[in-house]
Amino acid sequence: MQKVIMGNHALSWGALLSRAEVIAAYPITPQTEVVELLSNMCADGDLDAQFIKVESEHSAMAASMGASAAGARTFTATSAQGLALMHEVLHWATGARLPIVMGNINRAMAPPWTIWTEQTDSISERDTGWLQIYTSSIQEIMDSVIQAYKVAEQVYLPVMVVLDSFVLSHTNENCDIPDQSKVDAYLPKFENAYKLDVAKPAAYGGLTGPDWYYELRYKIQKDTERSLDLFEETGKEFGEMFGRPYGLVETYKLDDAEIVLVTSASIASTARPVIDQLREEGHKAGLVRIRVFRPFPSDLLRKLLQGRKKVLVIDRNISFGMSGAFYEETKAALYNEKSAPPMWGYIAGLGGRDVPVDVIKETFLETIKEDHPEGDIIWIGVKK
Amino acid sequence: MKYTIPAEEVMCSGHKACQGCGAALAMRYALKALGPRTIMTFPACCWSVIDGPFPYSAVGVPLFHTAFETAAVVASGIRAGLDARGEEDINVVAWAGDGGTFDIGIQALSGTTERNDNIIYVCYDNEAYMNTGVQRSSATPWGAVTSTTPARHFKQERKKDMMAILAAHSIPYTASASVAYPEDFVKKLNYAKSIKGTKFLHILASCPPGWRSAPELAVQLARLAVQTHVFPLYEIHEGRYFRMSMNPKKKPITEYLKPQGRFRHLTEEQVADMDRMVDERYEYLLEQAERSKPYFEDKKGN
Repeated sequence: MQKVIMGNHALSWGALLSRAEVIAAYPITPQTEVVELLSNMCADGDLDAQFIKVESEHSAMAASMGASAAGARTFTATSAQGLALMHEVLHWATGARLPIVMGNINRAMAPPWTIWTEQTDSISERDTGWLQIYTSSIQEIMDSVIQAYKVAEQVYLPVMVVLDSFVLSHTNENCDIPDQSKVDAYLPKFENAYKLDVAKPAAYGGLTGPDWYYELRYKIQKDTERSLDLFEETGKEFGEMFGRPYGLVETYKLDDAEIVLVTSASIASTARPVIDQLREEGHKAGLVRIRVFRPFPSDLLRKLLQGRKKVLVIDRNISFGMSGAFYEETKAALYNEKSAPPMWGYIAGLGGRDVPVDVIKETFLETIKEDHPEGDIIWIGVKK
Repeated sequence: MKYTIPAEEVMCSGHKACQGCGAALAMRYALKALGPRTIMTFPACCWSVIDGPFPYSAVGVPLFHTAFETAAVVASGIRAGLDARGEEDINVVAWAGDGGTFDIGIQALSGTTERNDNIIYVCYDNEAYMNTGVQRSSATPWGAVTSTTPARHFKQERKKDMMAILAAHSIPYTASASVAYPEDFVKKLNYAKSIKGTKFLHILASCPPGWRSAPELAVQLARLAVQTHVFPLYEIHEGRYFRMSMNPKKKPITEYLKPQGRFRHLTEEQVADMDRMVDERYEYLLEQAERSKPYFEDKKGN
């Protein structure tokens, strides 16, 4: 079925097609439409799920933990302040190995009050152990929810599907909504081998000393690493079944590129015509959009970026006192490579400041002009 | 003599409770009433330690350890997960201390109760943060010494009336209980099991290290708390109708206070003040019970 839907509704459709059994959510701008549509889907009987209308995001995640521990496929969605409020229980969901899928709409953190897009909310949660997918189209949002469950349920780790506020959450695009039977074939019913089961009573999460805690963390890391291959496989398989393949990254005119932009989310879509323009002007420009940020696709980026003349990264997030996260991590991935290219780190679009073609082009031209980057942060278009 | 408490033990030996722990007794009786088709969740509390370190567990039922402020809502989530899978006959129990109930967990508990999610919430109340070394909570009674309310500046505030707060949510059933009256406790749990919605049980659990009392007095002190009217046993049905579970002739409050080091500093005047507060509260409950009589006459039986 073809349908024009907004980004937020793509999350709801993704949860519906994945046959989420429990949804627990609390409203926050710009996420509200996700849960409103899900409420309606449940009320109309289109989605056979228990909907827990909790009193906070902290409880949204805690309720999701309980439901997931009981063996149910569980979905929630939030944004910014709500995600930050969940912080403690985000760690809990990972440590308890619960394959919850959550949509997070990237909104800048207050104060001052703001509702516009920025990735610092989800970037702040990168060390909670949640796997993170950064999307760049409405179709990808819906498809990513379905793929997220497929990965989460194999590694028993939670997955966050991330989208830009307004630029994606409130933009309408034509979407292919696949048949339920096809999605069921791709994503069968899940039986959690470690669920709370009265036939096999066990305690989960009890006091663990230094003799075992370390090993439990090692296992999380190993399964997180394994999820990298699973994201690739499931993305490929998704392509075979639905005609839309997905990878860890998406590239554009990369093959012979000498100067490569690494970025994420909607900025990557805007960057494509910039690449075209630059190529017309004689610059061999290319693009890498990082889609899966946790686990970080270090090996793949090393393969794609080493030997290039220049790499620039645009971050719509900031780790104060350091730089943008995508820049920081891409640079770290390439540090030990002999042919690592020089790397420029640009900050743009914080708090929803528009990042149009001109701004992206400016970052390229700055990078072309210089031989070597000075410092780790270049602010584009800041009013000083 | 006919015993109403099931002989079956669900809880195992080998738990890590202190000697004379009321919370351990409370769990033993609770599981007798609840039976093995029960799933529990514990927030941070004494029971997160009592149950035993990984990979051991003493409760004998599936248990999800959770964050301090989330017991009620994790139980809501488990309930929803089970219902989604058609396992509606399993009891879901949030089992939390007074800190996790009266203080840090009150928001999630209020949410669960307002939605009337079908769970049993048991607060075992030892009247302070015993697990972290006896710091005051809002369940600590007026006059008590804790590690954050020293004798020279003992707890100046009255114990929060958690039952009233729960009742204000029109909760179908809330009841107080005591480890000294296990038959009453088991009866209340059986009633809680038999009805849908959120059920809240508030059980006083004596704590020898925290109360600075002898372990062998644990049950006796819990009984004296009831007999001196300090911790009355009563029920509130549908958030409005009160019923006293027993109405014992009041013993002097000093019988309860004297064996406990946490009240040793109180002067005679201060004890009299405390006694007045206890009487005030008790009279209020009796009035409510009197007002509620027609409701229980109509109800017949329960």
